[in-house]
Amino acid sequence: MRKPLALTALLAVALSTAACAPSTGTPTDSADAKTGTLRVWLFDEANRAAKEAVVKEAVAEFTAAHSGVTVDVSYLATDTRAEKYKGALNDPASAPDVTEVGNTDLAGFVASNGMADVSADLKTWPEATDLPADLVSTVTVGDKAYGVPWWIGVRALYYRTDVFTELGLTPPTSYAELVTTAKKIRAERKDMLGIAVGGLYVFGALPFVWDAGGDIATGSAGGYTATIDSAASKAGITAYTSLFADDICPAQQCVDLTGGGTVEAFAAGRAGMGILGNFNRSAVEAGAVKGRYAVVPLPGAKPGSIAPAFAGGSSLGVFRSTGHRSLAVEFMQLLASRKYTLKLYDAMGFVPAMKSARTEVITKDPQLKPFVDTMEAGTRFVPVDKAWTTIDAEKILPTLLQKVITKQATVDAAAAEANTRITAALGK
Amino acid sequence: MTVSATIRRQPLTPLWLLLPALAVLVPMFAYPLYQLGLLSLFEYGQPQVSGGEPARFVGVGNFRALFDDPTFWTVLGQTVVFATGCVVVTLAVGAALAVLLTRIGRVARAALSFAALTAWAAPAMTGSVVWSFLFDSNLGLVNEVLGLDGYNWFYDRSVAFALVGAVVVWHSFPFVMITLYAGIQAVPASVLEAAALDGASAFTTFRRVTAPILRPLIIIVVIQSIIWDFKVFTQIYVMTGGGGIAGQNLVLNVYAYQKAFASSQYGLGSAIGIVMTVILLVVTLFYLRALRRTGEVL
Repeated sequence: MRKPLALTALLAVALSTAACAPSTGTPTDSADAKTGTLRVWLFDEANRAAKEAVVKEAVAEFTAAHSGVTVDVSYLATDTRAEKYKGALNDPASAPDVTEVGNTDLAGFVASNGMADVSADLKTWPEATDLPADLVSTVTVGDKAYGVPWWIGVRALYYRTDVFTELGLTPPTSYAELVTTAKKIRAERKDMLGIAVGGLYVFGALPFVWDAGGDIATGSAGGYTATIDSAASKAGITAYTSLFADDICPAQQCVDLTGGGTVEAFAAGRAGMGILGNFNRSAVEAGAVKGRYAVVPLPGAKPGSIAPAFAGGSSLGVFRSTGHRSLAVEFMQLLASRKYTLKLYDAMGFVPAMKSARTEVITKDPQLKPFVDTMEAGTRFVPVDKAWTTIDAEKILPTLLQKVITKQATVDAAAAEANTRITAALGK
Repeated sequence: MTVSATIRRQPLTPLWLLLPALAVLVPMFAYPLYQLGLLSLFEYGQPQVSGGEPARFVGVGNFRALFDDPTFWTVLGQTVVFATGCVVVTLAVGAALAVLLTRIGRVARAALSFAALTAWAAPAMTGSVVWSFLFDSNLGLVNEVLGLDGYNWFYDRSVAFALVGAVVVWHSFPFVMITLYAGIQAVPASVLEAAALDGASAFTTFRRVTAPILRPLIIIVVIQSIIWDFKVFTQIYVMTGGGGIAGQNLVLNVYAYQKAFASSQYGLGSAIGIVMTVILLVVTLFYLRALRRTGEVL
């Protein structure tokens, strides 16, 4: 008698729990209240006060025009923002209305059903025509726009003017010159890295890959094919990883540097050159090398050419779960407008995405020239696909670089492995 | 009538007595384990969690992907070797210091106990960060003292593992030391005296008297250490920056974290969780079997 009873009980338990199979969050569609609190998430910055002042001004303008509306701005710490976004994607109650999005993260958020399609809103926004096409493509998935490019950042070659003068060096204009210059610096200045590069610094490595004619993957959204093991890509990887030599940037010291690590090394005066962004200028100015550096575009292999830079930067978007769709779009457009991107440039040095605003800041600030030259030579981007989130989180590219740098694997073997993993990520 | 009713009810009594334990274990252990098993059969990532795409049933697909991944086997091998090393060294250090504790004066004993308890009390996170500072390649005290400026302790796989292993041992030997010390103190003096009267040497006394009495304690610390060291996470994650250069210092738990949470592949992460649970269950079962064979009762 007891056995069947236990069996029935077990079955009952199994049946009742089977009802709890992996749940899928209910996609919430946007509501459109005209009053209430608008929640805005922006990224925290080292000098946040300056950014905050600009945003406060925009909020004041916005609330003056809309009675009954308050704007609640939070600043997300860079390290933990991924967790905050996961929370926002899983639970509409903890999601913001308007958010800043790192441009490489956007495709993943769209796949997770997080972002609102704002294509129609951009068509009716007069300022939208001022946005350059290559940047609009970074917020476009399929044929829909999921945000507005806000500011852009590109990396170029920083070098120490004092060291170059003392050693009689001129800024390199080709990859070969970059190598000889770096070796000369390290030979003459034993405690200095010829050029600060990092095994975890993917956006420092990619220009070399692109310059050699390679890429992470080619194609368009939904149809990417991994090409990191093509002959051209491997040539680029070899060019970057051969900088990790004892007479340039010793592997022991440089293999685990991130992009931030190279900024620190250059700013502290521990490197003769570095591949840093226009957005790093305030950090370098705050360091030991203040006033003793200059910037040129990162040279490509061909003398006089510029290696294609990664089009970094930030976009603004509206969360799909927002309860104030029109207000959110309007606030996003206000922040992304010419007026406020110019103010943001003055405060932070972030180069505006808008063409007319960009032209204006260039005439104002000659120091921006090398970065603008780099932008105009053409920028590149990572695959606009949700797979990028996986490729990034699984550290596929840093692993490739580090394996080659530490000689754990040949370029061929490491690139083949990375290619397989990227293909797997793209296939999901 | 009443008598037979009591008899009929009696077989159920043990079940009722188990209820309080079950009330805790089922919601806290069985249900999550069940969910883990269920998730491991699905393709379940961030798009599925937030409803962008439906969860797709993939059967054993996650397990196949896992077993086909050469990294998994490397990581598994590393984890076994690393955990074994940590267990052996922890036990050796803990036991040696426990014996030392019984031989030294009161002040020295207090100092040693205090130092050990401090290491034990230090959170794994704090300990790992402090040790990383000490061994930093440019600014660390160790390189400064040894004159190894620029030497990267995490460059070589084995050196990095040894350093992290030292931190794991530093964190876990006090438990072994204190437990064994208490055990040694509890050995009745009369038994040792009897052994001495019978002319047993110190080594024989230890082998034939002290060790058998300590046996249950040793078993407990061994099982505990195996389980702890197999699941080590914080020290590796913090000190090697999430798994070391090109992932050369990954252990199973960090690997699972990277797969499941860092890259939001919850289905695959669950599959790794299931594999780990099975491995630990097998280890524990082997141990329990070995115990039963030698007639020991836990």
